[in-house]
Amino acid sequence: MQILAISGSLRADSTNTALLRALREEAPAGIEIALYDGLKAIPAYDGDDDVVPGPAPVEALRKLVREADAVFFATPEYNSSVPGALKNALDWASRPLATNAFRNKPVAVVSASAGAFGGVWAAAELRKVLGTMGARVTDAELAIGHAHEKFDAGRLVDHDARQGLRDALNTLVAEVPALLVA
Amino acid sequence: MSTIEQNNQTEQTIPTGTWQADTVHSRVAFEVPYAVATFTGEVPTFEASLEDGTLRGVAQIRSLQVKEENLEAHLLSPEFFDAERHPEVTFASHEIRRNGDAVSIDGEITIKGITRPATLTGTATGPAVDHFGANRLGLQLTTTVDRTAFDINWNMPLPNGDPALSNDVTLKAELTLVAQGEQTEA
Repeated sequence: MQILAISGSLRADSTNTALLRALREEAPAGIEIALYDGLKAIPAYDGDDDVVPGPAPVEALRKLVREADAVFFATPEYNSSVPGALKNALDWASRPLATNAFRNKPVAVVSASAGAFGGVWAAAELRKVLGTMGARVTDAELAIGHAHEKFDAGRLVDHDARQGLRDALNTLVAEVPALLVA
Repeated sequence: MSTIEQNNQTEQTIPTGTWQADTVHSRVAFEVPYAVATFTGEVPTFEASLEDGTLRGVAQIRSLQVKEENLEAHLLSPEFFDAERHPEVTFASHEIRRNGDAVSIDGEITIKGITRPATLTGTATGPAVDHFGANRLGLQLTTTVDRTAFDINWNMPLPNGDPALSNDVTLKAELTLVAQGEQTEA
């Protein structure tokens, strides 16, 4: 099973990207987690550029999403919402809306932030956006507050957070149709 | 002059035997209050039958048609019907009561894989023989369901705080059922 992992943060020391590296460590045999690293290359959405084919980085993202059995997001929270770069990438990926790559795709959203609430509002808004795009938004929930205290040299060391990641992954995997499991 | 000749012997009862929907002359649709108006759609691919007093219907929700393709896709998505996982909406009756033209049908409806009791009410016309000699029974049926009972929970608040989309949805079936395995002289 192939799961595409997308971090909403571009920062090299991002705790959300580090969360996805931890997710890869926690994944059982048979579940391959691929970390998406193309977010920064996605241009600002412009309807005039929204032609077939779209910009190469956009087409690459659409292909990765189509080929994945599921997509796992980890997002920070900027001004109580989804980071602009991530929202912009999803706006591209959502086109054309009726047949976009995320339609019926199982997705999980977790979040981490330095604040106490762990990015719950960003996660909620991201789930709303994905639902509107037609994704199969799972009930997976994990919001890691004071995230910077839970990593050591970029590695997640918090036991509860790792358990939360495993739970979220299991919830996501359960939504992947059995026929697609390798 | 009417091309349909009433068969008075069976007018007041639901007939026995097997009857299949003539889908060209039948329709399955829904209506739901949205903002200040009523939003409507159709599900053109369906089958319906009346067999020894039991009415059954199966509608293929992927065939759902509204006037905008993106909205159609939204309605088929997991936020609404989840057509990928639950491609059919079905109905099966337990009891059919007819009193003159009025008909009331108790049964169960299944939407998004969830089955709930439902009573369809409306009118029955015929049976009557058409201009080709086929025996036809008309059923015009409606029921109102709470869509949230079928895990269809999407909504959007209006500026005044009220939800944009009603939870109560009216389902309509206008059926022309044709008797099978018999030919009646016109």
